[in-house]
Amino acid sequence: MFGFGILTGLLVLPLVGVAFILFQRDDEAGLRNIRWAALFTTIVTFLLSLYAWALFDTGNPGFQLVEQRAWLGNGLTYKLGVDGISMPFVLLTAFLMPFCIAASWESITHRVKEYMVAFLVLETFMIGVFVALDLVWFYIFFEAGLIPMFLIIGVWGGKRRIYASFKFFLYTLIGSLLMLLAMMAMWGVAGTTDIEQLLKTSFPSSMQTWLWLAFFASFAVKMPMWPVHTWLPDAHVEAPTAGSVILAGILLKMGGYGFLRFSLPMFPEASQYFAPLVWTLSVIAIVYTSLVALVQEDMKKLIAYSSVAHMGFVTMGLFAMNAQGVQGAVFQMISHGLVSGALFLCVGVVYDRLHTRDISAYGGIVRVMPVYAAVFMVFTMANVGLPGTSGFVGEFLTLLGAFRANPWVALFATSGVILSACYALYLYRRVVFGALEKPALAGMKDLDRREMALLLPLVVLTIWYGVKPGAILDASAASIELLIKNYDAALVATKAAAIALH
Amino acid sequence: MYSAIVFLPLLGFLIAGLFGRQIGARMSEIITTSLLFIAAALSWVAFFQVGFGATKLLVPVLGEWIVSGGLRVDWAFRIDTLTVVMLVVVNTVSALVHLYSIGYMHEDPHRPRFFAYLSLFTFAMLMLVTSDNLVQMFFGWEGVGLASYLLIGFWYEKPSANAAAIKAFVVNRVGDFGFALGIFMIFALTGSVALDQIFAAAPGLANKPMQIFGMNVDAMTLTCLLLFMGAMGKSAQFLLHTWLPDAMEGPTPVSALIHAATMVTAGVFMVARLSPLFEQAPVALSVVIFFGATTAFFAATVGLVQNDIKRVIAYSTCSQLGYMFVALGVGGYSLAIFHLFTHAFFKALLFLGAGSVIHAMHHEQDMRKMGGLAKRIPITFWMMIIGTLALTGFPLTAGFFSKDAIIEAAFASQRSGAIYAFILTAIAAGLTSFYSWRLIYMTFFGEPRWANAGHGHQVDDHGQAAPVKSADGHAVAHGHADAHTHGVAVHAETHSEPVDGHHDHAHHVEPHESPKVMLIPLYVLAFGAIFSGLIFRNAFIGDAGAQFWNQSLYYGPQNNILEDLHHVPALVPFVATIMMATGFIVSTWMYIYAPGSAGRLAERHHILYRFFLNKWYFDELYDFIFVRPAFWLGRLFWKSGDGKIIDRFGPDGVSARVIDAAGRVVKLQTGFVYHYAFAMLIGVAGFITWYLLGGVR
Repeated sequence: MFGFGILTGLLVLPLVGVAFILFQRDDEAGLRNIRWAALFTTIVTFLLSLYAWALFDTGNPGFQLVEQRAWLGNGLTYKLGVDGISMPFVLLTAFLMPFCIAASWESITHRVKEYMVAFLVLETFMIGVFVALDLVWFYIFFEAGLIPMFLIIGVWGGKRRIYASFKFFLYTLIGSLLMLLAMMAMWGVAGTTDIEQLLKTSFPSSMQTWLWLAFFASFAVKMPMWPVHTWLPDAHVEAPTAGSVILAGILLKMGGYGFLRFSLPMFPEASQYFAPLVWTLSVIAIVYTSLVALVQEDMKKLIAYSSVAHMGFVTMGLFAMNAQGVQGAVFQMISHGLVSGALFLCVGVVYDRLHTRDISAYGGIVRVMPVYAAVFMVFTMANVGLPGTSGFVGEFLTLLGAFRANPWVALFATSGVILSACYALYLYRRVVFGALEKPALAGMKDLDRREMALLLPLVVLTIWYGVKPGAILDASAASIELLIKNYDAALVATKAAAIALH
Repeated sequence: MYSAIVFLPLLGFLIAGLFGRQIGARMSEIITTSLLFIAAALSWVAFFQVGFGATKLLVPVLGEWIVSGGLRVDWAFRIDTLTVVMLVVVNTVSALVHLYSIGYMHEDPHRPRFFAYLSLFTFAMLMLVTSDNLVQMFFGWEGVGLASYLLIGFWYEKPSANAAAIKAFVVNRVGDFGFALGIFMIFALTGSVALDQIFAAAPGLANKPMQIFGMNVDAMTLTCLLLFMGAMGKSAQFLLHTWLPDAMEGPTPVSALIHAATMVTAGVFMVARLSPLFEQAPVALSVVIFFGATTAFFAATVGLVQNDIKRVIAYSTCSQLGYMFVALGVGGYSLAIFHLFTHAFFKALLFLGAGSVIHAMHHEQDMRKMGGLAKRIPITFWMMIIGTLALTGFPLTAGFFSKDAIIEAAFASQRSGAIYAFILTAIAAGLTSFYSWRLIYMTFFGEPRWANAGHGHQVDDHGQAAPVKSADGHAVAHGHADAHTHGVAVHAETHSEPVDGHHDHAHHVEPHESPKVMLIPLYVLAFGAIFSGLIFRNAFIGDAGAQFWNQSLYYGPQNNILEDLHHVPALVPFVATIMMATGFIVSTWMYIYAPGSAGRLAERHHILYRFFLNKWYFDELYDFIFVRPAFWLGRLFWKSGDGKIIDRFGPDGVSARVIDAAGRVVKLQTGFVYHYAFAMLIGVAGFITWYLLGGVR
């Protein structure tokens, strides 16, 4: 494609859609064109990502589909590529986008053009984060992606949208400034911004600590880890449904991806040094936010807090640094992208009908919405981590990995499986079960065809990946194996050097 | 064939669950029930093939499940004698319960959903018993938990049913917490979760110390205790038993299938299946004995004073499960499975019989409102008598062989805790007999005590009027419980339009015998309750045992319990029978010859009575220790942790300072996005500048 590869295509395609949409008028026909164009663009992008997936060799642990061009003279390069760690995230992003567009079909009525543009631009940035193989590009995508998200929350959000996006902004700003400093320092040492080269560079121990902390500041906010999680519930509550889907589905994964791409492979010593800290924060996140989720009165807030708990499993698994832990973490991120995205869509379904997210406003809706109740049950169970759903595989593997690394961590984290059952079933009971007493609920219609088309593929995937998770696990296996091998080798080398000094 | 046995119920679930509304309730019933009958027939074929002939085999299905690093989990069936015994139990009872439900749930508008759930449960249970590795067992384990949750909460408009459903799931999850950690331990120790590999490695792990959780412990003991924690949750053993009585909120056929015959025995199955591990952990087995014996006794004492017919049987189930664990603890694995096998018949019979009574009484469950039913529903009466005889261990019935053998084994065993178990199980045998006959007397004998009994008029219109009632669904379903019966189903007038006009009709009760479709399962189960002990004793626990089990249960070299059983003093085998007779005599005296003496006794020992009636106050205790603190902590973390501390010193504090410093209200609405974009661009620009400068250097 004009000398560029598929990955560039993935970045450019949404922008082509943007260009088309910008030329549409704001009348009735124009709005229809805008919506269909956005949907069409995201679907084509997804198909292209599937094509990339078809070309991808899961046996090869290194970077594939690499594109490299000089940019700004000979200094900076434009370099893209995917490996087993980033490929699943690219697919997830491209997969979720059409759902976001479709979910906004009827609920967004003002400034539709800007809304669709924001989403498509966001898609480019998000895919960019996962395919960039150059620090500068990574940083640009990583940070720029937040701007459309701010706008989505700030313009199309709920009542307290300003507070929510401001909170979001403050948290991420501090983290990203530190990360920028760290990147400059890395460039200073390695003399390159090529991620592939940086992966082969070993940074001095003393420096690793600082670099690790700087990256951690940014990624921990993104995950989000306790105690920097408080922006997430507010952002979720105020964001429109599709915004929540993307926030939970993709943006939270950038932190985990960042750990995998930078912290663990580039700063192995620091990672090992700080692993107990990460574990502690993860366990606190799991227990603390699960308890907080239990007492929520707002559906979206409850799911947001449960997301924080689930991300706790991810960070715990990542820093266990064994095959089960890391693979489990990647799987958990993909699975959570599907499941929490679906849960937010489920909330959106009833929100569109009743315009409230208060749990107490519902009750007994299984009487009028039996299909919805069944679909919601599947995702509730996936959220609880029932075997046979995708939620189980990630949780099980991360816990197993953590147990091998440190049994205490697994002991406390496993209590999360009890708490998740509590809050998820308690929510389900209050919303779906019980007597249908509130008059406003009696006239609610069951899922319509658009909503079915949105939720059914997610139901199928949730169960399919619960029974045959091989597709995701195998895709990342080789790259993760290499990651762990290098990690262990680096630690052994340092130890040997330390002994030699004595 | 094995795939058919396991997947036919799943097929039934999918058909009834996905297309129930299109094909209608009748078709759903027919399809799920016939699929279950086919599966049950195949199970019996498998039972005779494997139990009396072929060796064990592994059937791969669907290939690999989870593969990660050294971990490999496959979807596969392990077919050996233990499996086929469970297949027979599960599928037979399930098929009969499906059939019975056609009659019992006749008036319910949500029958497709009900039958779908029943079949889903059966599928999950079959996955559990056929599993070839621990993770697949966990799949079935949690799957039955889900089905149980859905079925307990089947009448979703009843708040008590919803509460019970959540309680069941969560308490089971507490057990699963242990089970999961046990699986992690096993993987850490053996590097595998497949049963064959684990069993091969087990002897080498005996007495191996391990440093974990800050303690120096015996690795196998800890592993087995963790796994046993899972078994305790699923099998409602002491401390994790609280969900089982509440689970009676579900429809009665569910209680018979899940909460009596099959799911609750999963814990027993699990310990028996993992006998190669438990044999290496004698301390863990003593703990199993302790919990089993305590449960057997504790549940029996509570069963003495309950007034809800289903709760009496529920506590009885709990108690009998305790017996099974005692058998496991002393190393008599086949004794436990034999009792599981016979118990499935007579306990399902009792539950379905109780269902027939409840059906006859128009969903009245309080025995104080029954009485004198023997003449009204004679068939049900006789079936209940058979079930009671088998449960109490009347000579030559099923319970006589299986339960008495457990009491003898407890006496014969040398393991620490065995004498404790012998005493408690022997006493519990007497209590069992007492409460079982109390149930019979309160329900079937004496003066009729139902609402309009003795008035003899205005009953015709509701007498046999099932078709009339079906029109208004379950409006007639009233579970009247007084405040003392611990808040059971106060109003069970479920899932129909709230028709208040029909409300008072329910007080006019005219008991009627159940339809044939409900009685046939009773006959079959009654046959099993009488003869299953006699027929299968030799194969399960007699001389043919070794050949029958064919190494699917493991006995360590020091484990001679099945042999020692035959050398107990001559009086011991009679202990159980004597206790049974005593319980029968006391019960008969108190409820037939001196009616009212029970009430006087309760008054005299007021405190003890309240203690039993309130189930040793476990619910209150747990509410106080776990439930309230969880919510309290949640609120504390939310309001104080997130709100007052993190946000106040974090973003809110920062923004407040920013605003203070600026001294004016900044227009944040769009401004900060530009600020942010600007900051980022500055950053990038700075980076590039530095870079280029560096490049020039």
